[in-house]
Amino acid sequence: MNIDQKLYEIIKDFGIDLVLSVPCILLKGILDLINERKELLHIPVTREEEGVGIAAGAYLGGKRPAILIQNSGLGNSINAITSLLELYNIPIIFIMSHRGGKGEKILAQIPMGKITNKLLDLTGIKTWSIKSSKEITKLKEAIIYSQEHNCSVGILLQKSLWSEEI
Amino acid sequence: MKRFDAINRIAEVLTEELVICNIGIPSKELYHLRDRPQNFYMMGSMGLASSIALGLAISQPRKKVWCIDGDGSILMNLGSLSTIANVNPSNLILIVIDNESYGSTGDQYTHTHNNTNLEIIAEGAGFKSIVKITKGEKIKNILRDLGKGCHFVLIKTKPGSALVNNIPLKPIEIKNRFMQSFTKN
Ligand SMILES: [Mg+2]
Repeated sequence: MNIDQKLYEIIKDFGIDLVLSVPCILLKGILDLINERKELLHIPVTREEEGVGIAAGAYLGGKRPAILIQNSGLGNSINAITSLLELYNIPIIFIMSHRGGKGEKILAQIPMGKITNKLLDLTGIKTWSIKSSKEITKLKEAIIYSQEHNCSVGILLQKSLWSEEI
Repeated sequence: MKRFDAINRIAEVLTEELVICNIGIPSKELYHLRDRPQNFYMMGSMGLASSIALGLAISQPRKKVWCIDGDGSILMNLGSLSTIANVNPSNLILIVIDNESYGSTGDQYTHTHNNTNLEIIAEGAGFKSIVKITKGEKIKNILRDLGKGCHFVLIKTKPGSALVNNIPLKPIEIKNRFMQSFTKN
């Protein structure tokens, strides 16, 4: 199994039944799997904050949603994370590709990349960082943590996770 | 007709519907007019009422979900219209009370007061069922007669809000009683 398949299998097998997404080139493989296999309900959204709203409503209705976005979209979601998820204690799983880190060539990604961990800290979202395929079980850990502690969690998928395959 | 009158008419038709109500005075007015466990008062996350309603509609496909939204808030989340129209749930009525103003912040005009037309935006977003209501007395019958589907209902009203108190419920209480209202049976 390649990285995308491994991530996909964990998302599917650990109770997530709805994915809200805004695409990122790093997430292309997972998104393709989600769309091809049709095992998970998937709603592409127009903006990350909108995804947080849909996820919250779906949680109220009994679903276990995950949001699949690039870390830049975290910035678009801060008010919803605090004044919706935190205010009503609604646990959502954020799976984010992390651009703007080591080896980033696109300058525009760097400012948001630098503050991503701090933003997650500020919002009180416990975060797992996955840098290599060896660390992929952290995704399971994070999902289980969210379910057991009834809280939102963040998983940052680093670019190096995919570059080791190339 | 002001928003308060529109919400009053909507509240009178409610039976088992799950309602997601917009932040600020709309939620206070609904609480004042007809509080019920099936009302979810959105106290924060400005702009996201329609998104929350969509998430609820797809996860509770047998329930009817009504969203009471406003012009200012839908203008803040126009992408939501295209997502809703494309997911196209069969159990969602998105009611936008368009008073052409930001009613909770002092009645500043929104763009619907001038060149912007939410009915046309909803059509462009892909809604197949769009109803525009300008007379309060039509609200009850129209809402009652809407069948299965994904409906966009635009209610044009005058600006201005009722003098109503804050909602005394804590957000967690609102959530818990809301979820219990449809999970216990
Ligand atoms: Mg308004």
